[in-house]
Parts: sequence; structure tokens; C-alpha cells
Amino acid sequence: MSTVVEFNKITKSYGNVTAVNDISFSLDANKIYGLLGRNGAGKTTIMHMITAQLFATSGKLKVFGEHPYENNRVLTQICFIKESQKYPDTFRIIDVLEVSASLFSNWDRDFAFSLINDFNLPLKRRLKKLSRGMLSAVGIVIGLASRAPLTIFDEPYLGLDAVSRSLFYNRLIEDYSEHPRTVVLSTHLIDEVSQLLEHVLVIDNGRLLINEDAEALRGQAITIVGPSSKVEDFISGRNVISREPFGSLVSATVMGNLEQKDRLHAEMLGLEIAPVSLQQLIIHLTNGKSARKEVTMH
Amino acid sequence: MGLLIDDNRPIFMQIAERIENDIIEEGLLEESQVPSTNQFAVFYQINPATAAKGVNLLVDQGILYKKRGIGMFVAAGARAILMEKRKEQFYEQYVVTMMREADKLGITSEQLTDMIRRGAKE
Repeated sequence: MSTVVEFNKITKSYGNVTAVNDISFSLDANKIYGLLGRNGAGKTTIMHMITAQLFATSGKLKVFGEHPYENNRVLTQICFIKESQKYPDTFRIIDVLEVSASLFSNWDRDFAFSLINDFNLPLKRRLKKLSRGMLSAVGIVIGLASRAPLTIFDEPYLGLDAVSRSLFYNRLIEDYSEHPRTVVLSTHLIDEVSQLLEHVLVIDNGRLLINEDAEALRGQAITIVGPSSKVEDFISGRNVISREPFGSLVSATVMGNLEQKDRLHAEMLGLEIAPVSLQQLIIHLTNGKSARKEVTMH
Repeated sequence: MGLLIDDNRPIFMQIAERIENDIIEEGLLEESQVPSTNQFAVFYQINPATAAKGVNLLVDQGILYKKRGIGMFVAAGARAILMEKRKEQFYEQYVVTMMREADKLGITSEQLTDMIRRGAKE
């Protein structure tokens, strides 16, 4: 499998603030990645480095096997949709489509127009007259119709309603099935996108906390609720990632799956067991309360 | 999103279970073609690689087989294999759990047998 992005011990500092701290990972061709983490975790800095809009302070970065900076061979293969893209004041939607058609070699004109139709976008209207949601929809149309070998969406749906977001996910999975490419989705709406992701990168405080197949993370943690002494008894020796007291009860989340005998044991103790979704797992791991250094998977 | 799929356990297992159910309920007949990985992905709004993993799980178990260049098909005898497997699961999932609960509530085996008979009539 070919590698599209190689991040090798990359650090990015601004004065004495370290935005990205010694991160290494690689992105394989034709997978959909989720780049997840809290605000200010370093996600956007990472995307800006991949797209050659920022220099790393140290470390090695390769995109499509080359240095991305001022490298046309690399940059023409990337489409980066930013949270709040600026357009020239006089541009209408149709003008943005024309410029995009000339920038992206895989641009599909018919697909672009069908998306414009899906999102009800007025072709002749100037971008500065569009609502926030419509502006986001324009970004999504470009990102999808570019069919760029590396397409990056950084929180692409500011102001976009639930119907339009659902439409985005639909069109993305349909088109990706026919035209596989590497897609990076950076988002806070983890529950909405988690099913689409093949691989998950979680950034926390400038560090890479999780680099794992999405499927391997599902069912990897469970929450146990019950009287605190019984819960403490049950979770001793386990990898506890969060512990919330509630009166005389405790709700504890632990990594690792339970075997049948553990389940029976918990049941006999009168404890309740609940599965943990990907979003809940990431909230537990990045909420800053737990003092863990690293997460161990098996 | 995705009322059909839950996010608490691996999706490929859920896909495999859904195909198994279809075969057991004869929505998918033996020797008939199974939807493609991409069709599963679009329908359930999941990653195609995940859908493929679910399908391949059933290929490994001999439930589905691949016809080169055409697609995936339900193997002859697949339904019988699945029915056997489900009967074993039935014992674990329902009978063992039921006995444990009955024991907790002090229900005797006679009372339990009566209940099952009554349930069968409804």
C-alpha cells in the first residue's frame, strides 16, 4: 500500500508554545481518516503543514514522497477545504467552479453541478452574499468534485444544517466507493462521521494520542456503574480512563473488553455495564482529567 | 446518523450478522448474489473497507463465496450451517440467561415448563 503522507518526528513551535509536539504517523493511499481532538489540540497546524502553508520547526515531512513546499507536483494533488475559506469579493459560485476546474486535474464538472443542485446553491450569486451555511456547502462541493488524491476537510460545515451534513456524508461515501482517494476529515462531530472512517488519529495537546483503525476502537472500552466499593473492586488491575462519582455511585470507564465470566461477575455484584461509543471514548481520553500518559490497546 | 448500525461494537460484525439474518430468513437464497461491498457501504453509510471486512468474515466461514469478476454469492448449504450456529447461540443467550433469572426469582422448573407451554400458545 502506498503512503501519501509521512510525518516523521515533527514539531511546530511558536515562540515557547509548542503546537505540535514530536508527532509521527503516515497516511495510506485511499483510506478515509478522521483527525480528531479538542479545539487547539494542533489539528489545523498539522493540516497546514501537510498542505505546505506552514513550515515545521523540526522533523521530516513528505507528501506523495516529496517535500511539499512550493512543489507543484505535490500541491496539484491536494484539495484543502478550510473552515472559513476566503474568496475574492467579486466572485460568484460559478466563478469558483471555473477556477476549481482549472486547478484540479480530476475535476468532474457534471458531479459538481449535481452537487450544486443537491445543496440548492444559486450559481450566479456572489459569495459575499451567501449565508454561512451556503458558503460551507460551496466548500463541500469543491472538495468532493475535485476528486483530489488527497482531500482534506477541516471542519467543513460551519452553519450547515443536519440535512445538508447528512447529504455531504452520503455523497462522500457514494463517490469514494467509485473513486477511492485519501480523505482526511477533521471534525468535532465524531458521532456523525465515525462510521465513515477507516482510521482514526486523535491529537491531544500537540501530541498523537491514538493512531488506530476505527474498527479496533469500537467496543474497546466499557463503562461500569454501581456502588463505589463494588465498582472499585471490579476495576482494580484494569486500565481505568475515567472515573466519575455520583453520590454513593461511581461510573468508571475502562479499556479492554470483558469476557463472559467477567460479565457474569459484574452482574452478580449488581453492576451495570454499558458500551462506549467512539465519541465517548475520545471524550474520556481527551478531557484532561485522567492522568494517563498513553493508551494501551490490544 | 445511521439508525441501522450502532457505534458500540465493530461494524464489520454487524454487517456479517445482517447478511446471516438475511440468509436465515431466506431474503438471500443459496446461490444468489449478495450486494457488492460498495452497495453495502452506500446503503449503511459506512466505510467500504469495513463492509468488505464483514463480507470476508463470511467468506472465511464458507457462508459466501466469490465468483471471479462477478461478485459474492451465498454458498450451497450456508443456511444449514447458520441455523446450527444460531441454535447454539440460542442456548447460551436465552436458555442460560433465563435459567439464571428464574433461579433468582425462585421459579421452579415445573413453573418454568408451564410458562414455556403458555408462551408457545400465544
